[in-house]
Amino acid sequence: MTDSKYFTTTKKGEIFELKAELNSDKKEKKKEAVKKVIASMTVGKDVSALFPDVVNCMQTDNLELKKLVYLYLMNYAKSQPDMAIMAVNTFVKDCEDPNPLIRALAVRTMGCIRVDKITEYLCEPLRKCLKDEDPYVRKTAAVCVAKLHDINAQLVEDQGFLDTLKDLISDSNPMVVANAVAALSEIAESHPSSNLLDLNPQSINKLLTALNECTEWGQIFILDCLANYTPKDDREAQSICERVTPRLSHANSAVVLSAVKVLMKFMEMLSKDLDYYGTLLKKLAPPLVTLLSAEPELQYVALRNINLIVQKRPEVLKHEMKVFFVKYNDPIYVKLEKLDIMIRLASQANIAQVLAELKEYATEVDVDFVRKAVRAIGRCAIKVEQSAERCVSTLLDLIQTKVNYVVQEAIVVIKDIFRKYPNKYESVIATLCENLDSLDEPEARAAMIWIVGEYAERIDNADELLESFLEGFHDESTQVQLQLLTAIVKLFLKKPTETQELVQQVLSLATQDSDNPDLRDRGYIYWRLLSTDPVAAKEVVLAEKPLISEETDLIEPTLLDELICYIGTLASVYHKPPSAFVEGGRGVVHKSLPPRTASSESTESPETAPAGAPPGEQLDAVPTQGDLLGDLLNLDLGPPVSGPPLAASAVQMGAVDLLGGGLDSLIGATSFVAPPAAAVPANLGAPMGSGLSDLFDLTSGVGTLSGSYVAPKAVWLPAMKAKGLEISGTFTRQAGTISMDLQLTNKALQVMTDFAIQFNRNSFGLAPAAPLQVHAPLSPTQTVEISLPLSTAGSVMKTEPLNSLQVAVKNNIDVFYFSTLYPLHILFVEDGKMDRQMFLATWKDIPNENEAQFQIRDCPLNAEAVSSRLQSSNIFTVARRNVEGQDMLYQSLKLTNGIWVLAELRIQPGNPSFTLSLKCRAPEVSQHVYQAYETILKN
Amino acid sequence: MIGGLFIYNHKGEVLISRVYRDDIGSQAADSAVFSSSGPLQEERLEANRRNAVDAFRVNVIHARQQVRSPVTNIARTSFFHVKRSNIWLAAVTKQNVNAAMVFEFLYKMCDVMAAYFGKISEENIKNNFVLIYELLDEILDFGYPQNSETGALKTFITQQGIKSQHQTKEEQSQITSQVTGQIGWRREGIKYRRNELFLDVLESVNLLMSPQGQVLSAHVSGRVVMKSYLSGMPECKFGMNDKIVIEKQGKGTADETSKSGKQSIAIDDCTFHQCVRLSKFDSERSISFIPPDGEFELMRYRTTKDIILPFRVIPLVREVGRTKLEVKVVIKSNFKPSLLAQKIEVRIPTPLNTSGVQVICMKGKAKYKASENAIVWKIKRMAGMKESQISAEIELLPTNDKKKWARPPISMNFEVPFAPSGLKVRYLKVFEPKLNYSDHDVIKWVRYIGRSGIYETRC
Repeated sequence: MTDSKYFTTTKKGEIFELKAELNSDKKEKKKEAVKKVIASMTVGKDVSALFPDVVNCMQTDNLELKKLVYLYLMNYAKSQPDMAIMAVNTFVKDCEDPNPLIRALAVRTMGCIRVDKITEYLCEPLRKCLKDEDPYVRKTAAVCVAKLHDINAQLVEDQGFLDTLKDLISDSNPMVVANAVAALSEIAESHPSSNLLDLNPQSINKLLTALNECTEWGQIFILDCLANYTPKDDREAQSICERVTPRLSHANSAVVLSAVKVLMKFMEMLSKDLDYYGTLLKKLAPPLVTLLSAEPELQYVALRNINLIVQKRPEVLKHEMKVFFVKYNDPIYVKLEKLDIMIRLASQANIAQVLAELKEYATEVDVDFVRKAVRAIGRCAIKVEQSAERCVSTLLDLIQTKVNYVVQEAIVVIKDIFRKYPNKYESVIATLCENLDSLDEPEARAAMIWIVGEYAERIDNADELLESFLEGFHDESTQVQLQLLTAIVKLFLKKPTETQELVQQVLSLATQDSDNPDLRDRGYIYWRLLSTDPVAAKEVVLAEKPLISEETDLIEPTLLDELICYIGTLASVYHKPPSAFVEGGRGVVHKSLPPRTASSESTESPETAPAGAPPGEQLDAVPTQGDLLGDLLNLDLGPPVSGPPLAASAVQMGAVDLLGGGLDSLIGATSFVAPPAAAVPANLGAPMGSGLSDLFDLTSGVGTLSGSYVAPKAVWLPAMKAKGLEISGTFTRQAGTISMDLQLTNKALQVMTDFAIQFNRNSFGLAPAAPLQVHAPLSPTQTVEISLPLSTAGSVMKTEPLNSLQVAVKNNIDVFYFSTLYPLHILFVEDGKMDRQMFLATWKDIPNENEAQFQIRDCPLNAEAVSSRLQSSNIFTVARRNVEGQDMLYQSLKLTNGIWVLAELRIQPGNPSFTLSLKCRAPEVSQHVYQAYETILKN
Repeated sequence: MIGGLFIYNHKGEVLISRVYRDDIGSQAADSAVFSSSGPLQEERLEANRRNAVDAFRVNVIHARQQVRSPVTNIARTSFFHVKRSNIWLAAVTKQNVNAAMVFEFLYKMCDVMAAYFGKISEENIKNNFVLIYELLDEILDFGYPQNSETGALKTFITQQGIKSQHQTKEEQSQITSQVTGQIGWRREGIKYRRNELFLDVLESVNLLMSPQGQVLSAHVSGRVVMKSYLSGMPECKFGMNDKIVIEKQGKGTADETSKSGKQSIAIDDCTFHQCVRLSKFDSERSISFIPPDGEFELMRYRTTKDIILPFRVIPLVREVGRTKLEVKVVIKSNFKPSLLAQKIEVRIPTPLNTSGVQVICMKGKAKYKASENAIVWKIKRMAGMKESQISAEIELLPTNDKKKWARPPISMNFEVPFAPSGLKVRYLKVFEPKLNYSDHDVIKWVRYIGRSGIYETRC
């Protein structure tokens, strides 16, 4: 019997023929006709016109025919809702059929007919089927509730189906339990707030029992559901883990991955000192490795997940490097993922093997793969210092192959190696220069130009080389143009005598002939720097660059934690949260790892956690190297220049801020006009170009603004309460000194003298650093402004709220008391910039329960402006990253008493609401830090 | 969950299309805005479905470049695909589904189809499309995979149409309890005159060796396949020379430990058919189960230690000038002289610009296959502890292609009558408490076959 003939009916008028056949008396003919209809439907022909005729065939005792008609109904019922009602009777009747297979079929199909009118009729049969004696019917009915909920959620709630569904979790048949769990999980997703699943130790126990008995698919539903549960303490977490671990030996990879998800999540709650923790870690590795012998598509899913797992817990697979070696016949998607994981696992112990492999891969055919392999060699050099030399020589070998894209990729990574190990491998520059002509990709050209500029003094013909690039300046991409501009300026600063002409040429190309604002701006800045103060220019342009640390493509901690909760799912394959690819509200509830809660008295503090994951293993983002703008920004992110002369540092701050773009608005159009060509002094070396002083006027003006934000004065002590003395004031922080700016007004009729001030003990030990000095007696209606320097050396007592300050002011009349709140940012110290690695380690080290999240609403600034504004109040941006269009700023600040606060600020372009996550060992300050953020950003 | 399933032929024509959820199609969400019941909306839904169908055809099947990932996201719709010969199977979803589950399901679907009508080909799919729809209705409900064990499915879905008309009530409830039951893979009341079982230990040994003969990576992935023809509901217990078990047992007598310790093997990891009680394995490391009737894969395992590598390949490639290569390859068999390896094939890659090849081999036959860019050397049989060699001169056309030849590894195929991992079956005990046959009455057969997996030596 072959059915393929049904696919070949393409005649005209076939619909009529079919109609006739459908109405035939002969059963066989009818069945044939319905098959033809289904075949037409499959290939996309519209056979909806046959609806009444097909429905007429429904009342039959031939189950095969019935199934075919049902299939048709599911597809076309929507187009003929009135006709579909005709079918209802048959459905209702079938739901009463003595044969459980037919009852189940009816209830299954009814749920698929998404017509509102039908749903009403569905309720009664469904209710019966949910309590059917046959488990096959019950398991089908359980799914049907989810279907109905999708069509009409209200109806499901009103009819009480949810409760019945919940009861099914205690059903005696494991498959019914599994389907009920699946249905409830799906319904719960669209009601994130409702406590539908209501997981508690008892229901969890039932699920774990069913887990041992149901089908592989049911096990997946149950494990995925378990992953949403948060055990109440580490003991419960451990006992669940113990019952889940046997699943790691299941033949179905999805069962294994879902079990891994549960374990990874619950492990978070276990103390690392526990023996069990170590056992569990050991148990995780073998099943993950086994996944790599599955079919390639599953390998891909597994590798994407392993990528997450090794970032979260590098210790799991650290000894398994070899299994990630690429096989010649692996599909390209598997190869690329394996390569990624190899680099993540590379360490001093295995680097020799890894390098040998990578070298092998660099000779393969697939261009993407080869490029990635070459880049990987560079990453190894940066990651494992001991291997750097070998990596460099491997790269040189590869350059000798003269394969164009290999050479280019190698040059890009060598530039990074120079950034990491300056003055070590410069001997290779000569080799690099030989390949100058073959570079045609912007990234490689930019990298080469950077190298030439950076080491101009060692390359005899650096000027010639750069000049050769300059010829086609306007055809280059922006990246190359910017790099070329910077490189020539560097060259000029190093060899001023021979290269004047070159630098003038590039400056005029960049400023006058270019439409690109970035290029023009940079050109002007150099121009002015060079013409005003070559020494300063040298300090800025040739400043020592911070070493780059490690790899760029680590997933940031919060996203990583979220993705760990999605192991096995699409989110873990895309490495994106579900909200990025799922429409509507479904499944976009943010998940997070559970905090660690110990049931026992063992009060182990997070600081004592053993260094299971050495912080050095995972490092933070590196700014795009070679981009001078980046270099300069790094400069300004560094610790402040020592030596406090205000004027000098103001100049520098100004210049730097200018580059950061934070002051665009301040500069305005008026003061920053392009210097006319004639104004450029012929002798660039001349100290101080006269026409440029305005720029510096401007910056010194800016300098005063560069301190912390100062709130306008508020009245602290009204005259009524203080016998005529009115005190208003505010707090400032400038150049490391906190002061209380007071305004005393005498609203009484008598002269006031003998002022003194005293603070009550407070949380941060604020105390006057000098006596309150009011020089002359304060006569009536007179106002005097005083700045009272404060120190933080006073005695400390925790106040409530934390930032309240009680002050007593005395004069010749009386003693007055008032209390005020000081903004926390006056306590943010200037050296509050944390090193990136420290930041990452500290962030991980601080337990999750100390994390607080806030929303900053209605802030129209962009990330740059935010960053520069916060910096002027000593909140330092440690790193910045762009994730799916969102800017993530990682910031640190330190309070006067040495408390560090780490922040992650998430900014979405176009959305004025920011999300601020704060982590601090002393979580009580978070609220006040958040207020400080609000104040700084909104004023 | 899975929103829809499509099967395409190599031209991208739809052979099977089953939609489980309305959200499939890129405008699904928008259409709700204009929501009007009636034909208009239906048309739109139909259009959406076609959009999803077409999107996959255009972006994956007809894509200009080789597909870079088995998961594709097109307009917020995710497509999972696997290919069987020239048939594409695609699962579609708009939600954050369990990706591993979707692929497992697609494989399972292939297995089920193969069990019903053999090879998955366009012809077979067209011939059985009604059956496929019926199966899809049964094994996937609203996108949730349901029981997909062929053994169970075959009790009520057959190619000859449905039997149910003539079933008794008992038969019906037996079917449903099997489909949903704890032992969904076996039905009750099976009877054989002769109780018999076959165990096949099938191993594939994988190797990657450096030109200098250093083992870069080697592992054995093995399967224990069981064919059971046993009456009733037999309880089985399977034992092998697993190091952990043997050491546990041998604790009493230290003497025995050292003796048997030699023969035991360290298993890195293993997975089991769903009939095996995993919790029991986890706690006692014993493998107990009630087997499905007929053939099934009892377990898979992987070992990396003390692997017997049946062959060693020693390559020697010399470039003589720019237009000539000299290749010499020696293979050595490394197992008991009394055993015979079969179906030996050595594949030596040649550069793309090869113009001619001269081969001399002492044993077997060797041929240069231009279409495969390789010299294929075949030997029918070879005993253990022997050695053979081939030498070839490869003439090259001069090219100005700067890119070097990538030198793919030399690969090998073979079959040997032992398990390269060293695994030994110690026992398979059968208990059937209700019927009166005992373990002794069961006829048992054990066979070991070692095959090459990816067995490569770089040159």
